[in-house]
Parts: sequence; C-alpha cells; structure tokens
Amino acid sequence: MAAQFLDSFCNWLAATPVSQTIQTIDWIVPAVQTIHILGVAAVVSSALMINLRLLGVRSYDQSVARVTARFLPFIWWPLLMLLATGTILIVAEPARALENPVFLLKMGLLIAAAGVTLACQLPIRSNAAFWEQSPRRRRAGQLIASTSIPLWIAIICAGRWIAYVQGS
Amino acid sequence: MEPFLQSLQDSGLATAIREGESLFPWIECAHVLALSLVLGSIAIVDLRLLGLASRDRTVAQTMAAVLPVTWTAFVFVVLTGGLMFTSNATVYAHNFYFQIKMALIALAGMNMTLFHLFLSRGVDGWQTPALTPPRARLVGALSLCLWIAIAAFGRWIGFTLNAPT
Repeated sequence: MAAQFLDSFCNWLAATPVSQTIQTIDWIVPAVQTIHILGVAAVVSSALMINLRLLGVRSYDQSVARVTARFLPFIWWPLLMLLATGTILIVAEPARALENPVFLLKMGLLIAAAGVTLACQLPIRSNAAFWEQSPRRRRAGQLIASTSIPLWIAIICAGRWIAYVQGS
Repeated sequence: MEPFLQSLQDSGLATAIREGESLFPWIECAHVLALSLVLGSIAIVDLRLLGLASRDRTVAQTMAAVLPVTWTAFVFVVLTGGLMFTSNATVYAHNFYFQIKMALIALAGMNMTLFHLFLSRGVDGWQTPALTPPRARLVGALSLCLWIAIAAFGRWIGFTLNAPT
C-alpha cells in the first residue's frame, strides 16, 4: 500500500513540467551534482577541522569554541544548499532516490550526523570552554569526533552508491 | 601512447575493477571522499587569502592547520583516480572532459607552486586580511575558480562514459 503510494507519487512527480524540463536539458543534472559535491566538500572539510580539534590533532593553539565559530557556518549554510540541490536531483529522477534503500540510509545517517554536530555545538553556546574543562569532557569531545568522522564518510559512500543500487 | 594505455587496461587489476560488481563504486566513494577534503581544505586557504574567512587567523596559521589534510587527501585522490583511469584507460584518455580536467589540475598546481616559491614572500607578516597583499588574493581567487572547474569537469566525465551517474 505504502509502496504503491510512493510509486504513484514518483510517477506523478516525474511527469510534472519541472521534472520534464530538468530531464530534457542535459546539463542541469551534472551542474546540480557539481554544486552538490562542492557543498559536500565544504561540509565534510569543516566537520573534519572541528573533529581534528576535538581529537587534539590540529588547530591545537585555538580553543574549541574559536574553531567551531570559524567552521560551523560552513557546515550549516552549505547543508541548506545541499538540501536544495538534493531536492532538485530528486525532482529530476524521483524513483532513483525515493525508492532506493541507500538513499533512505543516507538520510538516516545525515540526521545522525546533524545530531552529533549539534551535540558538539549546543553546550558551547552557554559555556565556551565546555569541551576543555576536564579530562572527562575532553574525552567526551573525542567521542563526538570519532562518531562524526565515520558518519560523514558513510554519508559520502551512501551518496555515491545511490547511483549503483536499483530502487525496489 | 595507445599500446601503453591498452596494456594498462588489460592488466589484472584494471580488469578486476572493470568487471567486478562493486570494486569501481567503492573506489569512486574513496575518490569523492578524498576530493571533498582536497576541495574543502584548499578553499579554506583560498578564502583566507581573499580575506573572506578565517579572518582572525594569519595566512601561515591557516595553511599550517589545513595543508597536511590537503596533501594526505590528495594522495588518495591520485591513487583512486589512477585506479579508475586504468580500468578504462583508452576511453578516459580520449575523453574531452578528462583531458581538460587534467590540464586544469596542472594549472592549479602551477598556481600553487608559483605562490609557494615566489609570491608568498613575507607570508609571516600577513596577520590580518588587510595586511594580505593583492597578489595573494589573486592566487586565492584563481585557485578557487580552478578547483570549482575541476570538480565540474570531473562530474561531467561520468556523464559522457555511459556509466551510472
């Protein structure tokens, strides 16, 4: 029942004039995918710089609060752009994503990664030195970083595998 | 050139990548991951040179924090890119977008070499964006444009090879 509804939704979306236009103009999908990859580059590199600071590997001469203040905008704003470009790609080929288990996995991982990023970000709002106050806090920060890095890697892999896994 | 490309493509490794079910996509995943870090980390330096980000850090501090990430990731980009190239060497070598991409990477490399050898003289004095000279901004702007174009041409290769995109 749900699968049938999803199927007819995908068919309806693919038949809309917007989707038809994107499908007919050859350069739109690769151009949008390029912008999508540039956004991924901004998000993943920024997340890595924050995580390497939490792990104590890089930017150790700066506080965690300064490093997050510098790089968090380059996570959240590009993420908005990724949602926009991702939506365009879904409209272009609805079933390719919406009926694809790897796409759903990617969205789940994305929510987890956003949650981990917030878990790092929110405590700093009320207490800038939150992640540096005690050895225990530092270890908690390292735990956040070692969760965040594999999540972003998995998101990128899932993103690429959407192209290779057929929708059900 | 052609016999060399053909023998590259006929090697056991290339055949395994070409004919395997999942080898190519996994290599592509590693390629995308590594190139994201190359693009993103280079952009961090470029945006600092342009005075648009990391304004509270000196150029030297920004480069010291970021460039080890860039070079580590770049090694993986070249390795994974090389593996994908061998799997279909004769086709990639004649692909217009691939050729332009390689030329653009060479230009980006020259831009970076010129910067490190000659144009970054006095980099220790570039404490704030206001103290960063126009030639450094030019290098940053050029690098940013080149890498965006490299990403675009890279994506276009996939659309001209009948591969899943």
